[in-house]
Amino acid sequence: MREINVNKIVPVVKELCIDASIYIGDDVVEKLKEFQEKEESQIAKEIISIIFENHKLAVEKKMPLCQDTGVAVFFIELGQDVHLVGGDFYDAINEGVRQGYKEGYLRKSMVDDPIIDRKNTKDNTPAIIYLDIVPGDKLKITLAAKGGGSENMSEVKMMKAADGIEGVIDFIVDRVKRSGGNPCPPIIVGVGLGGNFEQSALLAKKSLLRSLNEKNPDLKWAKVEEEILEKVNNLGIGPQGLGGRTTALAVQILAKPCHIASMPVAVNIQCHVHRHKSAVI
Amino acid sequence: MAKEIHLYTPLKDEDLEKLNIGDKVLITGTVYTARDAAHKRLVDLIEADKKLPFDVKGQIIYFVGPAPARPGMPIGSAGPTTSYRMDPYSPILLDAGLKGMIGKGPRSKEVIDSMVKNKGVYFAAIGGAAVVMAQAVKAAKIIAYEDLGTEAIRELKVENLPCIVANDIYGRDLYEEGVRKNRK
Repeated sequence: MREINVNKIVPVVKELCIDASIYIGDDVVEKLKEFQEKEESQIAKEIISIIFENHKLAVEKKMPLCQDTGVAVFFIELGQDVHLVGGDFYDAINEGVRQGYKEGYLRKSMVDDPIIDRKNTKDNTPAIIYLDIVPGDKLKITLAAKGGGSENMSEVKMMKAADGIEGVIDFIVDRVKRSGGNPCPPIIVGVGLGGNFEQSALLAKKSLLRSLNEKNPDLKWAKVEEEILEKVNNLGIGPQGLGGRTTALAVQILAKPCHIASMPVAVNIQCHVHRHKSAVI
Repeated sequence: MAKEIHLYTPLKDEDLEKLNIGDKVLITGTVYTARDAAHKRLVDLIEADKKLPFDVKGQIIYFVGPAPARPGMPIGSAGPTTSYRMDPYSPILLDAGLKGMIGKGPRSKEVIDSMVKNKGVYFAAIGGAAVVMAQAVKAAKIIAYEDLGTEAIRELKVENLPCIVANDIYGRDLYEEGVRKNRK
């Protein structure tokens, strides 16, 4: 049994929040370059150049890439041989968020009540935290700081087996089509298949954690991802929805078993400011 | 794309008559920030026949909730938010004299029709290019609804704020035309 004091978590979470908002991943940059070369639309090429300029300025000025620094979503992998001591684990995560969003000059985007009061909590808490217990004695913290614009274009559909893979592909492509320029394309299309209603949504979000350079380890799904990506980029939406071939940089699928009566399909759209960062304690 | 067109606020009809969708513009002057919550308050005031916190005639509203400014800076990162959420409010503000809006993503038919009727223009800014946009902001002050935090109305002094004309006064829509040209 390894003891980890929760106070150690606070500065780690703080740094994750700040770093993720300023530094974009190499995988995103590489994909953007690859698509910019292939791009046929002049306006689309120019928009991607502005995105690169923004990456450069964010690092120079230590300013967040996007003013929407997101809801702080955490995927925690807690080793089953870890004993957390020194306080409440969830409070420690939230304290890290509070400090990170303050000291990083990040925007506070959370409101306390979703419908009626909608009063800003002023420190970007509460974070949304998912916990998995895994073998070992480490604690892995992954932050996915998710912006509202792309999240709003996401959807879960409870489909039926008769819809088949064709129906699923049509739904995903249509979801991207209906989103148009709203989610800040170029986007990454996260897809969760199976599980149940809520697990499909979680799978869609988790699918976005995969590096854009990594192929789906399941060849069957890798093929489907390619097919959807081609269809999506044939829509002509392009960067910012102003026309072009670069609508999505990748489609990423995670699938799980489901009930005989069900075929849940979830699409979680991610914008080009694809903020993911992990740390291990 | 063609070379950039310089625009100065307040906007005049003759400036807007020259603009076509796809034109790159650089805006200099004053723009006012407002998102969903501030829009609701503005429209509530118009409907109650009360005075607005700023005169919207000839002005531009930028749909943005900026990040906090670092010390010595006028503003933090300040890219556009998605505009469709403002669609229910924009025609009322256009009727009141608003001439320009800056945001991202397509607008509803009602807003496009209202832009034709009122000679208004919608400018697209690049979503996610928030540091690029912040570079054009030279000064910022909150003029209303401080309680809304990032959603308060700010008066921004901007120099060469880069945008693309997405809807012109002739009812054309770059979102629709751009996608149609590139569809396969």
